[in-house]
Amino acid sequence: MADSDTVCVDFQTDPSRYKHWKLSFDGPVATLAMDVREDGGLRPGYELKLNSYDLGVDVELYDAVQRLRFEHPEVGAVVITSGKERVFCAGANIRMLSQSPHAFKVNFCKFTNETRNAIEDATVGSRQVYLTAVNGPCAGGGYELALATDWIIMADDGNTAVSLPEVPLLAVLPGTGGLTRLVDKRHVRRDRADFFCTTEEGVRGKRAAEWGLVDEVVPRSRLAEVVRARARELAARTDRPATAPGFRLLPLERTIADDAVRYRHVACELDRTRGIAWITVTAPAASPPNGAPGVHAQGSTFWPLALARELDDLVLHLRTNEAEVGVWVFKTAGRADLVEAYDRLLADHRDDWLVREIRLYWKRTLKRLDVTSRSMFALVEPGSCFVGTLLELALAADRSYMLDGTRRGERLPLATVRLTEANFGAYPMPNGLTRIANRHLAEPARVEKLRARLGEDLDARAAAEAGLVTFTPDDIDWDDEVRQALEARAAFSPDALTGMEASLRFGGPETLETKIFGRLSAWQNWVFQRPNAAGPKGALVVYGTGQRSEFDRRRV
Amino acid sequence: MASIDYTERIPNNVNLGEDRRLQRALEEWQPKFLEWWRDMGPHGFQATEVYLRTAVSVDPQGWAQFGYVRMPEYRWGIFLAEPEAARVIPFGDHKGRPVWQDVPGEYRGVLRRLIVTQGDTEPASVEQQRHLGRTCPSLYDLRNLFQVNVEEGRHLWAMVYLLDAYFGRDGREESEGLLERRAGDEDKPRILGAFNEKTPDWLSYLMFTFFTDRDGKYQLASLAESGFDPLARTCRFMLTEEAHHMFVGETGVGRVVQRTCELMRERKTDDVRRHGAIDLPTLQKYLNFHYSVSLDLFGSEISTNAANFYTMSLKGRFEETKKNDDHRLQDATYPVTEQDGETMTVREQPALQSLNERLRDDYIVDCQRGLDRWNRIIKEHGIDFEFRLPHRAFHRKIGTFADVRVSPEGRLLTEAEWGPKKRQWLPTPEDEAYVQSLMQPVTERGTFATWIAPPARGVNSQPVDFDYVRLA
Ligand SMILES: [Fe+2]
Ligand SMILES: [Fe+2]
Repeated sequence: MADSDTVCVDFQTDPSRYKHWKLSFDGPVATLAMDVREDGGLRPGYELKLNSYDLGVDVELYDAVQRLRFEHPEVGAVVITSGKERVFCAGANIRMLSQSPHAFKVNFCKFTNETRNAIEDATVGSRQVYLTAVNGPCAGGGYELALATDWIIMADDGNTAVSLPEVPLLAVLPGTGGLTRLVDKRHVRRDRADFFCTTEEGVRGKRAAEWGLVDEVVPRSRLAEVVRARARELAARTDRPATAPGFRLLPLERTIADDAVRYRHVACELDRTRGIAWITVTAPAASPPNGAPGVHAQGSTFWPLALARELDDLVLHLRTNEAEVGVWVFKTAGRADLVEAYDRLLADHRDDWLVREIRLYWKRTLKRLDVTSRSMFALVEPGSCFVGTLLELALAADRSYMLDGTRRGERLPLATVRLTEANFGAYPMPNGLTRIANRHLAEPARVEKLRARLGEDLDARAAAEAGLVTFTPDDIDWDDEVRQALEARAAFSPDALTGMEASLRFGGPETLETKIFGRLSAWQNWVFQRPNAAGPKGALVVYGTGQRSEFDRRRV
Repeated sequence: MASIDYTERIPNNVNLGEDRRLQRALEEWQPKFLEWWRDMGPHGFQATEVYLRTAVSVDPQGWAQFGYVRMPEYRWGIFLAEPEAARVIPFGDHKGRPVWQDVPGEYRGVLRRLIVTQGDTEPASVEQQRHLGRTCPSLYDLRNLFQVNVEEGRHLWAMVYLLDAYFGRDGREESEGLLERRAGDEDKPRILGAFNEKTPDWLSYLMFTFFTDRDGKYQLASLAESGFDPLARTCRFMLTEEAHHMFVGETGVGRVVQRTCELMRERKTDDVRRHGAIDLPTLQKYLNFHYSVSLDLFGSEISTNAANFYTMSLKGRFEETKKNDDHRLQDATYPVTEQDGETMTVREQPALQSLNERLRDDYIVDCQRGLDRWNRIIKEHGIDFEFRLPHRAFHRKIGTFADVRVSPEGRLLTEAEWGPKKRQWLPTPEDEAYVQSLMQPVTERGTFATWIAPPARGVNSQPVDFDYVRLA
């Protein structure tokens, strides 16, 4: 791996391998109990005390959230609680944070944020509602996890409290959307939020409910009973099928070599000298199965689902384990007609629970690309299949190049792109817009015009005219043009690029998600870097030593 | 409310008569305290006259005034030890600066939590002991129980004084919280584990006052070093009363030992149960239990909180000012016992984070002194038996040994080894039932239950058969 002193993090796991979570089922209600193994950290040097977590704990959480949606159609409500007696969750492990390099912290926060967003997406999109049973002190990232759920019930025992102690204790900010969700989601009054976020011990009991920090407080002895009742009520509102058979998300077929990661439908070649990942996505080999039953029968081998899982894993892998590969280039290969046929199947059966899940999954995976701190290019060449769902890869890229015409001496069909229904609402970006709308903010009417061209093969000229690709060099210019663009990109400051790309990718309105990611990249990452947090006398560094942090008192 | 004579009703040396903020707070709190005392204080003795000591001032004449009182009419007062002129902060980051007379805003939350945690233990033990009166072994012991109880009540007042006088609205809320939590209550438990355990019989109570009140002594002693002067002075005065509680525990257990040894000699038998006394091995088991539960009260061996409290100059070490070092401990180390695979080992750890362990060490030495005195009684009777403090890792629920099974000698055991052995080391249900069977009230003046010897002398130079509690 690129960084020899870091462990390669694997995002694949399954419940039989969980160290930190216990998953149990009671009819339509599932319980996800956090019981972090102290000595189960990803790296040496810290103990995961008091249900504090590191990336490894969150990888399992992500896996559980995914499996609950796909493998358990019968589950309508999920209770997050603690499997420990005295504590709910103390948040991200501080020693882990203080010993981690900056880039790791940022990437860790990004992933944990995506999982919190996925929980909210399960509640809204999958109709699998999450609620939290706070059965002990719930601090920092622990409370942020609760904030991602739809209903928070807290034990009123004089001791259990919710808190965001980051500012007073660590001189950093809550890193998983806590501040934003307080005021934007729960509408906690800003002055109360101000007090709450500067009070290390947090707020408990009645006041927590009065202020809207939690939804209910109940005596400890009644907590289990109230949670069960509430979970049942919420589960009863779902439209998920109570009796549909679930299926297993089978292990991915993946090989990780020195300079390549290969899956069934995705191949990624790493050019470390130039810092480029060449990612090729291939179209399905055969026509789609028949109707929703066909989709169910194929389960996790169904091409769109298999591909989404592979891309998801690849994105996470590259982000975490290949920090120096700064440019990702997307290509596609295969039959455009088949890709379109799969898109049609997904559109026709969008109300089927599994098809809905698959589309939601694609939405989330594409969103991961939107918030990835890598330069992304797409190359649309003869023989490619940037159609519908796969066209979103090109639309998500910072820039795209489409070859005008064919290559001399090559028999592949002309490069074209094709729009499908999927490009018009199935996969909104974090700002709530489709990628098509997001690139036509100047002329919103063009979006409707494009809708009229569903299914049409658009060649380079037409695609450029439609605003779907950036540049369209011909066969003679192509190689040089693409090479120079990539080399230029690789030469810029990675930090400046990260900031620039994040700023340009999201035009249009702000949403909870764009605020969370925007503030994470701007405020939190800035604070994380500052000497007041990370300097030799910074709060993160001296935390746990009993020494006092020393602050540079000048406001910036 | 203007015409209350505060000095009469609430004896104090904090100028309560002039302090409107404190008056307002206490006027609201005091009725709630009395309600709590009626609900949770000694059960069945609210109207009884008891020969109690009341502190009406901090000078030698004032701190121990004896007389008959009904407990709800006890004059719980607020006393701080006399201020030390030009006192400077003895340790931590603020070492050498003048002590704080007001709460430093930066530490407000931490300091409040420290006070609440200490304060919570005071009413807790009253609650734990509220049914003991029914089964007292003598009027003398009954009176001592009530003396301890009213003084724990006064300790509660002392902590409430700090909260009300220095922490504004949150302080007042915390003061009420102290009356709302209940020992052993599932929904509103007391903060610390040992204070939610039951005190089902007098032996447990005597052990508790010896071992658990002694934890209180060490906590108070380290708070008595605090840079926050009102806390330091409050704790210093509380320590004088705490000393009496430990006297009750130490002499109480000593008298049980005395009685047992006398019977062993007189009847030439080890089987003192036949004669209504408690055999030495059973006493050892009770000792093991209360000692280990009390060790837990000191917290984790390695503690960031303890380190922070010290660096913040809020909570020092036992006898901080007598120690000869830099009183900052940034680079110092301290030997901490840890498990190392199959054995126990001692490793040097950063001294700052090891402060809990250091305080526990001081406590252990003090406990041993008490055991030595009990062992002397046994020896004087020519009996070959010795009480031993179990290993610090034995039967722990907090800290590094919480998840391992360890014998009283400090040997690591498997769960399978522990199971059957446990009966030899901790009170069994049969032991408890036996001790319970001894709990028959003895209320005749000068008479004592079969399992406990009379004290060497009475209270305040009164005879042993004095009418310490006037039962109707
Ligand atoms: Fe006390
Ligand atoms: Fe006491």
